[in-house]
Formats: sequence, structure tokens, C-alpha cells
Amino acid sequence: MKKTVFVGTLAAAAAIAGTASAAKLDDVKARGELNCGVSTGVNGFSAPDSAGEWQGFDVAVCRAVAAAVLSDPKKVKFVTTTGQTRFTALASGEIDVLARNTTWTFSRDVDLKFTFAGVNYYDGQGFMVNKALGVSSAKELDGATVCIQTGTTTELNLADYFKVNNMSYEPVPIETNAEAQQQYLAGACDVYTTDASGLAATRATFADPENHILLPEIISKEPLGPLVAHGDDQWSEIVMWTLNALIAAEELGVTSANLEELAKGTENPEINRLLGNEGDLGPMFGLDNEWAKRAIMAGGNYGEIFAATIGESTPIGLARGLNAQWTQGGLLYSPPFR
Amino acid sequence: MSDTHSNTVAYVRDSMLPEATPPLTEVGAIRWLRENLFSGVLNIILTVLGISSVIWIVLHIGPWFLNAVWNAESLAECRQILDGATGACFGVIKDRWHQLIFGFYPPSAYWRPTLAFVLMLVALAPILFAGAPRKLFWFSAIYPALAFWLLWGGTIWFPIIAMAGFAVGYLAYRVTLPLSTLAATIVGVLATILWWLYLTGPISNMLSGALPIGIMPIRSDSFGGFMVSTVIGVTGIALSLPIGIVLALGRQSDMFLIKTVSVGFIEFIRGVPLITLLFTASLLLNYFLPPGTNFDIILRVIIMVTLFASAYMAEVIRGGLAALPRGQYEAADALGLDYWKAQRLIIMPQALKISIPGIVNTFIGLFKDTTLVVFIGILDPIGLSNAIRADSDWNGIYWELFGFIGLCFFIFCFGMSRYSQYLERKLKTDHR
Repeated sequence: MKKTVFVGTLAAAAAIAGTASAAKLDDVKARGELNCGVSTGVNGFSAPDSAGEWQGFDVAVCRAVAAAVLSDPKKVKFVTTTGQTRFTALASGEIDVLARNTTWTFSRDVDLKFTFAGVNYYDGQGFMVNKALGVSSAKELDGATVCIQTGTTTELNLADYFKVNNMSYEPVPIETNAEAQQQYLAGACDVYTTDASGLAATRATFADPENHILLPEIISKEPLGPLVAHGDDQWSEIVMWTLNALIAAEELGVTSANLEELAKGTENPEINRLLGNEGDLGPMFGLDNEWAKRAIMAGGNYGEIFAATIGESTPIGLARGLNAQWTQGGLLYSPPFR
Repeated sequence: MSDTHSNTVAYVRDSMLPEATPPLTEVGAIRWLRENLFSGVLNIILTVLGISSVIWIVLHIGPWFLNAVWNAESLAECRQILDGATGACFGVIKDRWHQLIFGFYPPSAYWRPTLAFVLMLVALAPILFAGAPRKLFWFSAIYPALAFWLLWGGTIWFPIIAMAGFAVGYLAYRVTLPLSTLAATIVGVLATILWWLYLTGPISNMLSGALPIGIMPIRSDSFGGFMVSTVIGVTGIALSLPIGIVLALGRQSDMFLIKTVSVGFIEFIRGVPLITLLFTASLLLNYFLPPGTNFDIILRVIIMVTLFASAYMAEVIRGGLAALPRGQYEAADALGLDYWKAQRLIIMPQALKISIPGIVNTFIGLFKDTTLVVFIGILDPIGLSNAIRADSDWNGIYWELFGFIGLCFFIFCFGMSRYSQYLERKLKTDHR
């Protein structure tokens, strides 16, 4: 009972905080800087390079939003958040956007009162095993010891999957991905399970990646995307349509290389609308007409960002898979810019 | 030798025999080995076991160190150089050295934290060593403001005006002193606090508008690595000792209110884990502060860490106070000293001396506890090791980073420990 009152107080405080700063766009513009919540380090998605610059797939979303709103992709203050602090930081207004490979779930959307601005990476939980184990399917994992990060959705998915398939397993609880790598390599567990993108990144770092395989089964849906707090539709639309602009740019063939050329005007009215030559899309949510052009210029279109941060030419080497355009058999589908 | 015994009688020897060498087993290394390592069956077994485990460890870790690669840009390159052999890849420390030390501090300003660190050693000298020139105390007194200015940058007027608060407080104390000591103390403290709350901001703004002297301001979200550990640790250490002394005295006070507040504070803070306080600093405060307030996260952490360490410090010092014989208090009273003089001249010097091991224990614990900030997303060395691993170049590197971080912490903590032992020896006045 006491706890409920306490949480209620927090929620009320958060609600007040939400209404007091209703126009997030104005706040961000006045501040001249976008506060973007990222993880303390997930390979390919957000990590500082040796010069201290943040790089990665999630980071690119922050930079695109900053470019759209503030005309400068560098005007981002990256706030490092952990799994425990990320939602509070967003709810309290400490950060404007959370781009921290966060899975879009019902309760996070509805109960925690966040708005997911779309999906920038469709992930799913997979399994990695040593080839020597002689396993080729997750269905053969009965009785296996499994390294699993505690307190994540992966833990619950794993329990569900083994229950449905009438198998048993022995969990080896671990805290971080780095610890999991050590445990797995030391043979403390037969199987390591986490998001498939994480598994691919982890496998790529092994001294002998050829001796480890990812099993074909993907046992969960993990749509990862940027999110904002409830209560400011204008702001959530800006983030959502910035992401859509990156996706649409790839679909329409707009790249950072031909952007300047296309911005002068083309035969394709949708490109013209996207880049601000036709219509007045930008002013509808308080930006100028060139917002999308700047967002694409920040790091290229979705495909270019993907290729540069986690794609097949990088050490992580993820294939597009579900994250291809809908025209290529993937799930990326931006609503029309009209 | 022939005439040595020529005149002596048979039954008594009045000349010395030449010195014979002692038996081989009773000298030098062999004797030491016999006495220390092989003096009994049990000790022989233990020695053999000990030596073999040392050899085992050296055999296993030795190649790792011997083959260490220092010049590599990524883990893959390390592996290529090592070509299958086991070996450390210390290239990561070379590659990320600046990040591990300074975090995200702008490279053009690396001299600032470095200078602040060197000046810290200068400022510490008169406090730690009696041989240092006494005039350096003045430098120690202004050092906090100087360090703040060097690390955070901005206008020089803010730290100056903030420091002036102490002068204002002292002035108010002197002016009201003729009335009563207690009233003067209260007025002095109040004046300082009011100065900080209401006048420091406007005055420094005005002065920096009129005379803009300053260096590039750097926000604390650029802080990281050992710089964060040191800033939090050193500030916490420096502040927790005086606050701890006040709390310890407060707990022993006869005044009901002061005693209750002190006991309540100490018991509350000690009863709560540090990580909870850190989460409070990072999460809860955001809800309670008005939206848009930018209350520096490092400052929030420093406050929480200081409060935490002060509560422990208070109890350590209370232990020292309790160990003093009652006669010392009575002697101070008999000399006609007032409360503060008695504390300053008789009680505290002895109580603190008794508490040295406990105080340093708390310091070392506090310094190591700074790594807990990783849980609220501050990139201290441990947090950075995670961030470094998240870069594709270094993903998979583990022991090298933790080994390096552990070594650095060991150097700091061992240094503190050795100093405390030196201090104990120096202050030893009894005849044990």
C-alpha cells in the first residue's frame, strides 16, 4: 500500500513534469542541444570511439534528430543510461529521446507511458553454441546450461520457449555481455542466448568464430526503436518522421552522395516533398522545409547507416534480413510523405 | 701455531682458539630456509605446496605477460601478431589511455585536470607532511576553488566570489563575537550560506560581465575515467573527515536537538546501501527538482558519497573518542579550557591518532566505492571498460582492462595505506 502511494507520487510528479514542459521542441531549440539517452556501450549500436565520439546505429538516430531540429548533427549531448536508469531518465525529462536498443512492448508503451517512435531495428532472440556440441537446432537443447542476462526480456522468452517445447534447462545468470562471453568461452555454459544482433557481434570477436554457430531458431520478436515520453505529440512525431525520412530516403534512392543533386528538384514528387521542394511538410510540426534533408545528410539514409555501423562490411556483419525495405522482403515500411 | 701452546699448562687453555666457520646449516640462506620454510613436517608440506602453486601461477600467467602486445589498433590485430600464442593485448590501454584517464574531456584541455592533479599533491603536502613549508597552507586553502575552476572552467569570478563567502562568514563572526561565541558561530555560518545562495551568482555574473576572465567551460558529462574516480574520491575524502568529526561530536553532545539530528543522520545513512543513495541522486532527485533544472550529476554523486562516508567517519571517530580515558576530558576541564579549545588541543589530537587505521580504512573503502557510479551510467574506469568493449575494435577484451584498472586502484589505495602507517609511526608517543 505504501509503495503504491509512493509510486503514485512519482507518477504524479512525472505528470507535472510532463505538462510543465509541454513543448519539448521549444525546450530543445532554446537549449540548442538534444539530450539523447544511449547505452553505456552496445557493440555497433552505441559506443565511444578512441577519440571519444559516440558512434553506432542508435547514435545515428540521435544525430539525425539533432540535424533535423537544430541543423547540426553534432549538437547532441549523449547521456549514458543503464538498463535501470533509462526509463526514469526519459520520464523525468532528463533526456529528450531514448535510443538505447529498447524493445517495444505493450507495458513499456502503455504502463510506463512512453511513445515508441517506430522501429529502427527488428531483432529477435537467438542461440549460440559451440560446434563441438553437435547441435543444429534449438529443439535439441534439452538439459543444456544456458548463459542468460538477468532482468531482461530474454530471460522470460527463454523460459517460455523451453516450457512450450517441453524441455528443461539450467540457467547460468550473468550480468553483462562481456561476462557472458567469458563464461561461454570458459565452458561454463553450453549455450549463450541474447538478441541475435548481439550474438553475431559477440561471435565476431572470438579468436575462433568458425567453431561457433548461431542456431536458426529466433524465439522472440524484439522490435528496437527510439522512444519519447508521453504527452508531447509534436515531439514524438518529429522523432518518428525523422526515422521515417531515413527509411523513405533509402526506398526512394536518396543517399548522402546524391542528396545535394536531388535537393535541387527532381521529377519524383515524393522526393521533392521529402527534401522540401514541394509542399510544406516541415512547418506542419514546427520545423523548416529542409529538416529531412539535414537528417539524411547527418549520416546518410537508413541503408547507409546500417552498412556503416552494423552491416555486412563491418566486423559485426549483420545481414539486412527483416530490416530490409518492404520492397526487398523486409519489414521497413515508411508511411508516405504527403 | 707452533708456539701458541708452548708455555701453557695442560689443563687450562688461556688463549683463544681461532674462529671456526659455523656449520653450513647454521648460516646464511640455508639457515634462513631451515628456520623459515622447512622447520617441521607440516611446514615442509606447506612450503612445497606454496612454492608449487607460485610456480603454477607464474607458468600460466608468465607467457601472457611476456607475449604482451603493446602496439595494436584492435583485438584482431593483436591476435594476428600473437599468431595463436597466449598473450595480453595491452594495445587497448595504449589506444584508450586518454579515455581511461580523462574520459570525454576535450583533448585540448587535458592540461587542466593534469595541472589540477599536480597542484593537489602540492596542496596536500603541508597537510600530510610536517616538513613542508607552513605557508603552503594558504595554497591548500584556496586549492578547492582553484581545482573547481580548472576542471569545470568558466569564469574565474565564480570560485573567487564563492571563496569570499568564507571571508564574509569570518567577518560576521568577528563582528558578533563580543555578544556570544555561539551566536557568533551561528551568524558566521548563516552569513556564509546566505552569501552562497543569494549573492555569489549575481555578483560573479556581474564581474564576469565587466571583466571576462575565464577558460572554456566544460560540463561534467565530459568527465570520465580515473578523473571521475579521483574527483569523487578526493572530494569525498576531504569533506567526509571534517563532517565526520562534527557528527561524532554531535553524537556525544548533551544538547538534545544536536544529538538527535546527529544520531538520526548517522543511523539513517549507515542503514542504507550506497547504491541506493546513488540511485536516489540519479533518479529520484530528477522527479523532485523542477523540470529543466540542471543539477550537475557529478555534484549530486559527490554529495551522496560524502554523506555516506561522513556517517561511517563519524562512527570511526566516535570510537577514538570513546577510547580516550575520562581523565583526559577532566584534565582539559581542570585547565579551564572551554569546549572547543579542549577538543582542539587535547581531545581531538589523541582521538584522531587512535582512529587513524579506521579513518584510512574508510578512505580506502570510499575510493573503491566510487566505481559503483557505473550503475547510474557515469563512465568511470569500469564503465569505460564496458564502453571500450562495445567498440568493434576491442570487443572481447577483458582481463587487460580490469587488470589495468585494478593496478591503478591498488596504487592509490596502497599509497594511502603506507602513508597511514608512516603517520602512525610518527605520532607514536607511548612506550609500548
